[in-house]
Amino acid sequence: MSDLVPVIPEIFILTMTCVLLLVDLFIKEDQRDIVYWFSLAILASAFLLTYQGQPSERELVFGASFVRDSLSDILKLFVYVVSAGVFIYARDYLKLKGMYKGEFFLLGLFAVLGMMLMISSASFLTLYLGLELLALSLYAMVALEYHSARASEAAMKYFVLGAVASGILLYGMSIMYGLTGTLNIYEIQARLLEAGDAGRTGVAFAMVFILVGVAFKLGAVPFHMWVPDVYDGAPTAVTNFIGSAPKIAAFAMVVRLVIEGMGSLHEQWLQIFLVLAVLSLLIGNVLAIPQTNIKRMLAYSTIAHIGFIVLGVLVGTADGYSAALFYTLVYALMSMGGFGVLLMLRREGQEIELINDLKGLNDRHPWLAFMMMLLMISMIGIPGTVGFVAKLWVLEALIHEGFISLAVFAVVMSVIGAYYYLRVIKTLYFDKPDSELVMTSNWDSRLLVSANGLAMLVLGLFPGLLVPLCVAAFAG
Amino acid sequence: MTFQMFLFYFFATIQVFAGLRMISVRNPVHAALFLVLSFVCAASLWILMEAEFLGLLIVLVYVGAVLVLFLFVVMMLDINIAQIREGFARYLPIAAVAALVMVVQMIWVLNDKVFKASAPPPALPEYNNTEALGEVLYTQYVLQFEIAAVILLVAIIAAIALTLRKRPTTKYQNPGEQIKVKRNDRVRLVQMKAEKNEVEPE
Amino acid sequence: MDKIASLLGFLPESVVAIIMILIKIILIIVPIMVAVAYLTFAERKIIGYIQVRIGPNRVGPKGWLQPIADALKLMTKEVILPENANRFLFLIAPLLVLGPALAAWAVIPFNDGWILSNINAGLLYILALTSLGVYGVILAGWASNSKYALLGGLRTAAQLVSYEIAMGFALVGVLMATGSLNLEEIVNVQRGGIHHWLFIPLIGLFLVYFIAGVAETNRAPFDVAEGESEIVAGFHVEYSGMAFAIFFLAEYANMILISALTATLFLGGWLSPFEGLLPASVFEIPVLGSLLGNGIHWLVFKTAFFLLLFLWFRATFPRYRYDQIMRLGWKVLIPVTLVWIFAEGIAIAFGWTPWA
Repeated sequence: MSDLVPVIPEIFILTMTCVLLLVDLFIKEDQRDIVYWFSLAILASAFLLTYQGQPSERELVFGASFVRDSLSDILKLFVYVVSAGVFIYARDYLKLKGMYKGEFFLLGLFAVLGMMLMISSASFLTLYLGLELLALSLYAMVALEYHSARASEAAMKYFVLGAVASGILLYGMSIMYGLTGTLNIYEIQARLLEAGDAGRTGVAFAMVFILVGVAFKLGAVPFHMWVPDVYDGAPTAVTNFIGSAPKIAAFAMVVRLVIEGMGSLHEQWLQIFLVLAVLSLLIGNVLAIPQTNIKRMLAYSTIAHIGFIVLGVLVGTADGYSAALFYTLVYALMSMGGFGVLLMLRREGQEIELINDLKGLNDRHPWLAFMMMLLMISMIGIPGTVGFVAKLWVLEALIHEGFISLAVFAVVMSVIGAYYYLRVIKTLYFDKPDSELVMTSNWDSRLLVSANGLAMLVLGLFPGLLVPLCVAAFAG
Repeated sequence: MTFQMFLFYFFATIQVFAGLRMISVRNPVHAALFLVLSFVCAASLWILMEAEFLGLLIVLVYVGAVLVLFLFVVMMLDINIAQIREGFARYLPIAAVAALVMVVQMIWVLNDKVFKASAPPPALPEYNNTEALGEVLYTQYVLQFEIAAVILLVAIIAAIALTLRKRPTTKYQNPGEQIKVKRNDRVRLVQMKAEKNEVEPE
Repeated sequence: MDKIASLLGFLPESVVAIIMILIKIILIIVPIMVAVAYLTFAERKIIGYIQVRIGPNRVGPKGWLQPIADALKLMTKEVILPENANRFLFLIAPLLVLGPALAAWAVIPFNDGWILSNINAGLLYILALTSLGVYGVILAGWASNSKYALLGGLRTAAQLVSYEIAMGFALVGVLMATGSLNLEEIVNVQRGGIHHWLFIPLIGLFLVYFIAGVAETNRAPFDVAEGESEIVAGFHVEYSGMAFAIFFLAEYANMILISALTATLFLGGWLSPFEGLLPASVFEIPVLGSLLGNGIHWLVFKTAFFLLLFLWFRATFPRYRYDQIMRLGWKVLIPVTLVWIFAEGIAIAFGWTPWA
């Protein structure tokens, strides 16, 4: 029975989602709000359950295949918050698009369950199954808008590339299993150390395959091809989901597989991560500049941000990991807000797609424009916003370990990146509106976007609210 | 060479052959059938390894259900083979290199000392493969088992969400309604005066 | 059996083993083939009586030689290959239907110890093999290069895959009740008279299994795959002569198999219904005792009963429409099995197992 205590949040989400599935069957088309509020209530209750039940030390259950520690708890709490935010932003958008179906929320909740399992996995098997649960839900969510050829194409690309990535990851895992004889992540670390031949070729092969799989899921260059197409093709509400919460889960995957599973191989994976980080920063920032489609632009900016997260990880110290964790959490909030603003607006009845569609938002809805500006300057990393703290911490960790040139490169890239964010701000404030721009959202999204934008400021001015949690997560 | 060794090589050869034919044959239905053959051989190999439960399961699930549906779809699709083949020659060198790398790497990895283990002792006569699997599946791996079930549930939800479209033009039969029909709902008796066939005067 | 083995003592041991297995296979297959032949005769006779006709009565005394005449006729007919048909698949398809129907008999116990291969996972083996039969039908439909045949093949594929699920779930119920996949053990669990047979506690699964079995064999009222009024004869419309005869053979062999399985799984196979009900002394009466006691004749009798049901259905029920078949399979049979398995699981968890 004690095995079940650490998994209470997961069991709760699964049970309640199944209940919601049945509820959804029996309600009428115009009562769909029940599903919406129900799913928010599920996430809120899960938040409380996770928050209340935080263990004082690491707990391993189910044959040491499920772990619960302070890291897993903070990641899960953010997954709930971000997913709830995505749901809130999505509601009015989905209604206008005629996609306001229970499936969006159900698949979203199942994706949350998958992310929770990834976050808490202590074995390859749990991690892989959690990943597949998440990925399968996401593929379906992308394709939910089935009469749109673009969404179907995006779903197909996402599915095929995701399946390839899963295959590669699984291949690497199977080699690793063959070499160490265990699926348990902590055992693998121990066996590799014990054998004393961490450098042998088989291990290197396994590691490369696992890292390629991870990089695919993260969307780091050169495995980023799917990111812009999927972001662009998917319905924006789904893009918002893909761009935010799963990044937290992907970070958890990096932690569990690379840091905890293969920490002793730091020498080897450092090289690969260097390439991933440098290319991601370069390609992400440079290719974002010519984009006129705001979803594609944000997709490339995601790649750049992933580069920063990888930088934090490759440092190889607890400080670097904490910085990367902080960056991931902050990024999820920023991304959620950025797409959220797009979801709240309609230009002449059409959804926002181009950067120019935002022209003159300040004249129409100054508060919303202000929030968007806060989110954008936070993405740039201007002092006073939380994005600055995140970037600073990563750079600090880099310099502390002597990666000076890498830090300089990251700064240069950030400056280049500032260009396209500033262009959005320019469009918001200095361009004159040339057509009707309407805010179509209800009070719940308006409240959320205010909180989301102001959080950038508050966390930027008082980083002490979040930093200690990130430090504590890697203190053990 | 023992009889078992003979069987092993027999099935393994057929499996490799079937696998090769599956990707090289022109007709998609034939390709699917070679896949069936290769699955059956894989099942035989598993049974040779005393994993009779898994061997039979692969036949039951993959051959008996998954590939039947696969064939079902392939047979209904009008696939233009020439079109699919277009890029074949162009991509062949790249594919060959990738395949070569994979093979070399597999050999490399499998040469590792951990894979040089000798065969495990044969199972005791009262050993039951099915029972042993069930025992670990529902105790040690119960969490993973449940997640797998959830994944299947998601697959069902996704499939239904993506394909179930209500078409207003579809006509449904409702047997209950049909039975409840009274004569008066369908037949209306109309009283009409007999019409006089007036003959026009000449 | 041992006597034959000792007669062959001059041969090496492995050869003797192989010969013995071959003899056993022949002992199983020949009676089945004869049974198939006379099942077709019985079908025509019984349906004839139901429809107040006489049925075949010309060839031989009372028509007894009718099936032999039929067989001769089919054997001497030409096998026509349709134009542009896929030769190899067209010819191998009938064998793919017949093969599994015969191979499945390997694990069926005919009497105490009378079993060709007493494997642990017998039930699973049966499920796996019966699921293979669908290939022959699909391939026959596709390889014929004919519209009607293809339609028949597709209908069959959908139908068989759907009903296999209900069938498999029904078997799960049996597995849970008996705790074994071995068919001999499943029969042995039901020892002790008719009230110990599994069809009483598992009545729902028993009905589902038999209905699914009728659907699996493509028999009326589930014979949309043939549907002679709509798609002529479905998947085997292009077949003639011996190739057609093999399809025919396979259909009836499958019917016998399903009947024998239903008898084995739910009605105690070779067990006598009176075992444990009559005093032990009754079973020692010379002829009557062995008739009333356990034995292969009970299996034959039970199988014959289910075969009669098959024929009765055909004479009585009109054909289901395709969507009705799917409805019955997915919305009625599968939920019934699921609820039944769930209830059974609860019963087992609380130790309420009247069959044990």
